[in-house]
Amino acid sequence: MSAQFLQFLLAGLTVGAIYALVALGFSIIYNASHVINFAQGEFVMIGGMCTVWLANAGWPLPLAIAAAVLLAALLGLALAKLAVEPARGASVVTLIIITIGASILLRGLATIVWDKKYHALKPFSGEMPIHIGGATLLPQSLWVLGVTLVVVLLLSWFFGRTLLGKALLATSHNRLAAQLVGISVRRVLLVAFGLSAALGAVAGILIAPITFTSWDVGVMLGLKGFAAAVLGGMGSGPGAVVGGLALGIIEAMGAGYLSSAYKDALAFVIILAVLFFMPSGLLGQRSADRV
Amino acid sequence: MLARLASSRNAGLAALAAVVALLPLALVNNYYYDIAILAGLNAIVCVGLNLLIGYAGQISLGHAGFFGLGAYGSAILTARYGWPPLAALLAATLAVALLALAIGRPILRLRGHYLAMATLGMGVIISIVIATEDRYTGGPDGMSVPPLTLAGVALAGERVWYWVVGVLLVLAVWLARNLIDSPHGRALRALHGSEVAAEVGGIDSARHKVRVFVISAVYAAVAGSLAAHYAGFITPAKVTFFHSIELVTMVVFGGMASTFGAVVGAAVLTTLPQALTVFKEYEMVVFGAVMMLTMIFMPKGLVPTLAALAARRGKSP
Amino acid sequence: MSLLRAEGLSKEFGGVRAIEALDFEIQPGTVFSIIGPNGAGKTTLLNLLTGIYRPSAGRMWLEGRPLAGHAPHQFAAAGIGRTFQNLQIFFNMSALENVMAGRHLHERCGLAAALLRTPRLARAERACSDRAAELLAFVGLEAYEHSAAAAMPYGALKRLEIARALAAQPRLLLLDEPAAGLNPSEINDIDRLIQRIAARRITVVLVEHNMKLVMGVSQRVLVLDYGRKLAEGDAETVRNDPRVIEAYLGADAH
Repeated sequence: MSAQFLQFLLAGLTVGAIYALVALGFSIIYNASHVINFAQGEFVMIGGMCTVWLANAGWPLPLAIAAAVLLAALLGLALAKLAVEPARGASVVTLIIITIGASILLRGLATIVWDKKYHALKPFSGEMPIHIGGATLLPQSLWVLGVTLVVVLLLSWFFGRTLLGKALLATSHNRLAAQLVGISVRRVLLVAFGLSAALGAVAGILIAPITFTSWDVGVMLGLKGFAAAVLGGMGSGPGAVVGGLALGIIEAMGAGYLSSAYKDALAFVIILAVLFFMPSGLLGQRSADRV
Repeated sequence: MLARLASSRNAGLAALAAVVALLPLALVNNYYYDIAILAGLNAIVCVGLNLLIGYAGQISLGHAGFFGLGAYGSAILTARYGWPPLAALLAATLAVALLALAIGRPILRLRGHYLAMATLGMGVIISIVIATEDRYTGGPDGMSVPPLTLAGVALAGERVWYWVVGVLLVLAVWLARNLIDSPHGRALRALHGSEVAAEVGGIDSARHKVRVFVISAVYAAVAGSLAAHYAGFITPAKVTFFHSIELVTMVVFGGMASTFGAVVGAAVLTTLPQALTVFKEYEMVVFGAVMMLTMIFMPKGLVPTLAALAARRGKSP
Repeated sequence: MSLLRAEGLSKEFGGVRAIEALDFEIQPGTVFSIIGPNGAGKTTLLNLLTGIYRPSAGRMWLEGRPLAGHAPHQFAAAGIGRTFQNLQIFFNMSALENVMAGRHLHERCGLAAALLRTPRLARAERACSDRAAELLAFVGLEAYEHSAAAAMPYGALKRLEIARALAAQPRLLLLDEPAAGLNPSEINDIDRLIQRIAARRITVVLVEHNMKLVMGVSQRVLVLDYGRKLAEGDAETVRNDPRVIEAYLGADAH
């Protein structure tokens, strides 16, 4: 395996892990409410920006991280409670506009509370590059991959073993039936938004030491996380992970071997290709329509 | 009944024409004219977009792409190849129509969120291409555009452009209203009401969706070309996802399935940020809040909600 | 020649056989009813006849010509109209506009003519509106001509759907439970309406649960059970068929 290929692969896996976390956020909310949360990317931004701000203000890093994730989760709950819940049953267009409005609102707040500049977060464990087979890997990348793995394992435990997690899954399969067995779908919605926001924030914090963070990093990351979710199959947890990693690798390979200028366009070409030819994604389920 | 329909249609059109004719009395300087022109250009796009979103019940988060292709098409043909501006406008619009036709069929097979995301993807791809192919487009810095000439006379200056845009807006609204009050318009509204019933009634929903998609793309492209010539300059900032969202918000805020609502929405949401430059910092916060609050409390949009209130007020003794 | 013929018609949904090996013929100018317990496949059959579903097997002919296509609007163009069990009214339009929309197949209108509103189009619009008003009167809804569909009562909406379906001038009209949810007086109105429609030489296929309505108005009845033909014949024969009685009421009900 050539060193260059390995380099691209590692870079792709790193950013792919971030996409996977964002994609999981999309899938969890979609499962709980059939809403595509266009504000998902802003939670990524909030995670990174808040951590940077608190760390610069003197907070110890772990505390800053915890506070940032908590802030994001609270904002997610607020979004669910104040915006999505009142619009229950509204048309798809309406819900889309609401979450887009929320994302603009959050970005505006970010420029007021923080600022419009780029910021760097200190890497968690130094900047000494690690050499593997001719390629270099930043220690932060190991953090990204490691934390993502832990998060995915925690989530599968949560959805597979805990009552709350199973309630979320039940709601995603059949909302009415879930209500009939006593599951509070309103609580499910809140949990879904809070959890997804926290996931987004974690992603933003992990990536901030590698790529700078600023008030509008959320837009592209959100859209690409969405592309990953669609690629893997919207609503599928394993799909989100597979889609995220795949997208990251495709982007890295595309940028490396084809054209780095069009790197960003790849994600959107993938969205179109998947939606045209394979709408249920790689791992999603094809549903038979009952008319 | 049709008499009633006709008179309301003509009354609305007359009112719009009156507003366009009389507004200059309130426009005290070139800055106000500029805002009015920008509002008018946005309104033209929104009237077309409203046909797609409000009447046909579809969605597009990528219409800034069509706007941009119209703008850059005109810009490139006139600035780099010396085409006469009107020919360039026609060519750019035709190219956009063909693109919308080609991409419309596969895209409009999708529904709801998937349709939204596909149009978003389309719009973003267009904007990335425009920003990247800097040899033609001048890249992120944009390019300058020669003025629009009509029979050899260059159209320049805010006052001249005000009338150009005003007349074209009235024309755009007239065409849209005619379409809505025709079998085509009923077919669109039918497939929005119940696609299966429309199909069973003989309406080829796929063809009608594509047709209205192309029409709305043409509206956007023409407005884009005009915007480029008016400003004398065009940058990729006008082709972003955010601009697409602004356009959808104007349609939705003003009133879906209401052509005049689309005009009102464009007018309000173009002037609002200008009024807010005083509070420049809060522009995004206010815009986002407006979007959310409108959709939560006034999901039908401003004009239909006001119309319904007026109707109810009229009924009570 | 029969108006509609089906041979070996089957429809499967991933293992569930909704319709199985169905053969039947419908003669022109008759009222043909399809009855059967819930889940027997009646609505599935109507969906097959209007192109909403593609058959898994079997074939259909309309006036001797094979009936197949990829989209329902092609079946509509062939002359088949339909109402729905769960109302599919265009609630975003008025009653008149609903019926005008139903006339789509007979409105030849170019895009340019529509955009420019030529005098010819304006005349055609007036004619369309007059025709729609006639149809509203035919089904007894003249009072609702200017009403918004969203403001009309349920019984009126059932008849509006029929008016809309008639607007396309179908040769074959499929009515999916037109009497569902109606009170006895409204059901009488539907009965007389079906007879008026049949008098206009439109062949009617009626899917219904209301036995009195079915037996009173049909020339032929087809009984479905679990997607298969249980019995077929004139109303009297079917009513007394022991298999039919058993399917509906259970073996002990005699």
